[in-house]
Amino acid sequence: MKCDVCENEATVFLTQIINGQMTTVNLCETCSKAKGVTEETGFGLAEAFLSPSHRTESDTMEIVCDACGFTASQLKKIGRMGCPECYAAFRDGLDGLLRNMHKGTRHVGKRPSHISAVAPQMLPRQRSAPLKDAPPPPPVAPPAAPPPDVAKLRAELDLAVKEERYEDAARLKSEIESLQPKASK
Amino acid sequence: MMRFATLIKNPADWMKGAGPHSDVVMTSRVRLARNLRGYPFPGFSQERQRIELLERARPVVEELPEMRDGYSEDYTELSKIRKQVLVERHLVSREHAARSSGCAVVVDRKQSISIMINEEDHFRIQGIRPGLNLASAFEVVDRVDTELESLLPYAFDPKLGYLTACPTNLGTGMRASVMLHLPALVLTEQINPVIKAIGKIGLAVRGLYGEGTEALGNLFQISNQHTLGEAEPEIIAQIEKVIEGVVRSEVTARAKLKEDHQTMLQDQIGRAFAILRYAHILTSKEALNLLSMLRLGADLDLVGNCDRSLIDMLLLEIQPAHLQLNAARELSPEERDSMRADLTRTRLQSIDGPGSFPPSQSNNGGPASPTNDE
Repeated sequence: MKCDVCENEATVFLTQIINGQMTTVNLCETCSKAKGVTEETGFGLAEAFLSPSHRTESDTMEIVCDACGFTASQLKKIGRMGCPECYAAFRDGLDGLLRNMHKGTRHVGKRPSHISAVAPQMLPRQRSAPLKDAPPPPPVAPPAAPPPDVAKLRAELDLAVKEERYEDAARLKSEIESLQPKASK
Repeated sequence: MMRFATLIKNPADWMKGAGPHSDVVMTSRVRLARNLRGYPFPGFSQERQRIELLERARPVVEELPEMRDGYSEDYTELSKIRKQVLVERHLVSREHAARSSGCAVVVDRKQSISIMINEEDHFRIQGIRPGLNLASAFEVVDRVDTELESLLPYAFDPKLGYLTACPTNLGTGMRASVMLHLPALVLTEQINPVIKAIGKIGLAVRGLYGEGTEALGNLFQISNQHTLGEAEPEIIAQIEKVIEGVVRSEVTARAKLKEDHQTMLQDQIGRAFAILRYAHILTSKEALNLLSMLRLGADLDLVGNCDRSLIDMLLLEIQPAHLQLNAARELSPEERDSMRADLTRTRLQSIDGPGSFPPSQSNNGGPASPTNDE
């Protein structure tokens, strides 16, 4: 059998079954290595090889998670998130992706008992980018939610990023940073 | 804390204990993926951040009531062989064993709970039970998880559930998997339709060592793929139901083999025993496949005086890292093949062997002395 990418003999056969839909990809040694198939990358594997019409809506502009600096193209490439906050940063198109992957898009299982007080949206963001002198997070208790005005600014920031108003985004970001208690160490 | 040698010297709870359907189901495992807020996932973090998380979390994990006085080791302190032994015992994943700095594993005294720190997620909490018993494996990890949750700030979202590095684990973060021994379905060539049917209902079938591995020794792992949109007990109930179906098919196939193809069956088991008992060179693959036949023979009372747990221990001990640990040095593949054969020859001395069974005679414990003079 021939490799789906080049003309060599295929030796790696990848089959994914999602919701009963089977996709099969045949690759030669070289192409499988080049595409990183040998590392298990979970979802997005078959997607990487499918024709463009099969792709989900996510091939758009570069979105960056402002908590950890992870980018949308990295997500696409390795099929994994950079940090818990990435789920908020990359929430566009996430539902479609999750629908293909799971039984539903809403968690119905166990919940940590202390979390119930958290707002029904995403978790409050927390500064923990891989910067040089990032302060260690507080020792035990979960950090308190940021004051509401910061939350509001964050929502505006998200919107600004989404709408590609990057100048506004930059302004909002520095505003938020000035409001954050200086974590000094 | 427990030492590595002590941990490994004793067979795990799940290796000795027989559980429900132990003739077909080797083990039931449940693992939960959990992460802490405020740290990038291990795959996208700097070494410094992983070490920081490890230093914060490891003492907490070690002090959990279930894990106290267990085994805990930083990966920088573990040799390649020791790590591989943990993989062969299914206490850590292959992926985790490949990592080093900033990673650690904590195992309870009974080797039924292991917590990997900085695997693909910050925590992978795993419970392992003998036989078909996912519910009990879940109960254990659920308890450990609840304890840990009260001590460390988990990354959890009300809509998406437990946030994991890979979206395929999102929601419950739970993977429930069962290791099955299905020699009769393989021999009667019914295995492929069974695997296909299981795949269609959203469960994954893999070989002995997980993703992308061959089904050596007729051993198959079946696990859930979906983690979001269903509660843990539902997922577990569904898998257990499917597995019960597979177990029934396997048991039926075994009975049919014994009934309709007894000569062929006895031939296969006899050959397996003879090679394992007298060979001097055995590759891992050959040994696994032969031990599979011997296990089938033991389960069908076609091998006299053969305890299933002896075979299950051998299935572990013949693996490369276990052999090297036993030899206390690195071995070349050739040396391993020869030591593997030494081991099976010795261990099978205590077994009477299949001997000659008149097809119609009911089994009454086998011949008293191992006379294989056919």
